[in-house]
Amino acid sequence: MADGVLLLVATRKGAFLLRGDAGRAGFRIEGPHFLGHVIHHAVLDPRDRRTLLVAARTGHLGPTVFRSHDFGATWQEAAHPPQFARVPMGTPARAVDHVFWLTPGHAAEPDVWYAGTSPQGLFRSEDGGRTWAGVAGLNDHPQLAAWTGGEQDGTPDGPKLHSVLIDPRDKRRMYVGMSGGGVFVSDDQGAQWRPFNRGSRADFFPDPYPEYGQDPHRVALHPLLPDRLYQQNHCGIYRMDLPCEEWIRIGAAMPAEIGDIGLPLALHPRDPDTAWVIPMDGSSVWPRVSPGGRPAVYATRDAGATWQRQDAGLPREQAWLTVKRQAFCTDALAPVGLYFGTTSGALWASADEGAAWHCIARDLPEIYAVEAAAA
Amino acid sequence: MSVVQVRLAALLHGYTGGRSQLPAEGETLGEVLADLDRRCPGLRFRVIDEQERVRRHMRCFINDADARHAAAPVAAGDEVFIVGALSGG
Repeated sequence: MADGVLLLVATRKGAFLLRGDAGRAGFRIEGPHFLGHVIHHAVLDPRDRRTLLVAARTGHLGPTVFRSHDFGATWQEAAHPPQFARVPMGTPARAVDHVFWLTPGHAAEPDVWYAGTSPQGLFRSEDGGRTWAGVAGLNDHPQLAAWTGGEQDGTPDGPKLHSVLIDPRDKRRMYVGMSGGGVFVSDDQGAQWRPFNRGSRADFFPDPYPEYGQDPHRVALHPLLPDRLYQQNHCGIYRMDLPCEEWIRIGAAMPAEIGDIGLPLALHPRDPDTAWVIPMDGSSVWPRVSPGGRPAVYATRDAGATWQRQDAGLPREQAWLTVKRQAFCTDALAPVGLYFGTTSGALWASADEGAAWHCIARDLPEIYAVEAAAA
Repeated sequence: MSVVQVRLAALLHGYTGGRSQLPAEGETLGEVLADLDRRCPGLRFRVIDEQERVRRHMRCFINDADARHAAAPVAAGDEVFIVGALSGG
């Protein structure tokens, strides 16, 4: 059992580390690291608990990845950051705008990492993040343009590849989410891919159940039951239990006045039936804020059959929070701690699986991602 | 090989050890930046993307001319000025 928790907070203006003890009553903040840089993701490698990677760019400078082996005391920049293949002048060309997502590889491949980018691209490092190469099976797939659509099909700050998931039983089995595009699966470590969207809606198309083109906001695989997947989608909350390759809309059990639209999703590390979401207003023009100005987390303990509202300690009214897809996570302690960051720069924590919440940092820059690691 | 003087705005001083001006060699903007990159690893890709285009929010002036591609030629004695565009944020 770890002694405490380390939170890695990525913001639009830098990265912050927060350390809390096992009781998680108080947190000590360190940083900012890379003040002024746009940090989309900061991830500590659970395999060695010392390699920290951050995805960075600035308003002017292009995208890169930095890594640290001493919790940010020193940083090394990737010698070859994620980048698409160069094409001849005059032909359609892609360039990485920003690295959006970082995932450590399978436990059997200790130096492997994956990165998802905007626009949609998947990259792999085999040397701990020093150099990156494109996963050609996806990046050069002849159907990729059809799967992902045009720029109008992406998120407001660019289309993204996210939720890179590796099956802990088999390093060859991988999933990615693309916004837009949908969920895709590979059984050969990225050489070949196929759409994995049956049952998930895309109500922004004439056919609301297309083969691809959906907008999964966040996809998660349970580490102890890897045949169970959850996703918070643009069009609802879903669960899939393999071998049945069909998404079931478990968000249908959410209160009608709240709905099941949101960006993030977090799983209990030991109980595959428990998950949490943070609903947002997806009505009319999509305000993307807490429904009614009353923020709440919703928990299911039965794999989505029922949901319970958890808002003790959160503002009761006139609180219009937005929580981005990477800004909600759980720790591995018992009881499980939950953490979410808002675009208004507040970081909220619960040490009792969502029963009560308290604010552990205010006035940070716009929060893009929150990850919890054992400390 | 042409030698040019490169002036660099503050946003790149993290790569140059705080220096705002460095000599570099090359026949094109891309070659000049590659020469700088050998001494200041990582600098070139922050300025020029993988398709050899100057990044959207960066500006590279060769003397007074705004260059938008790494293939832009330089000549001995030119001044290259690399600066953030009036954008970003």
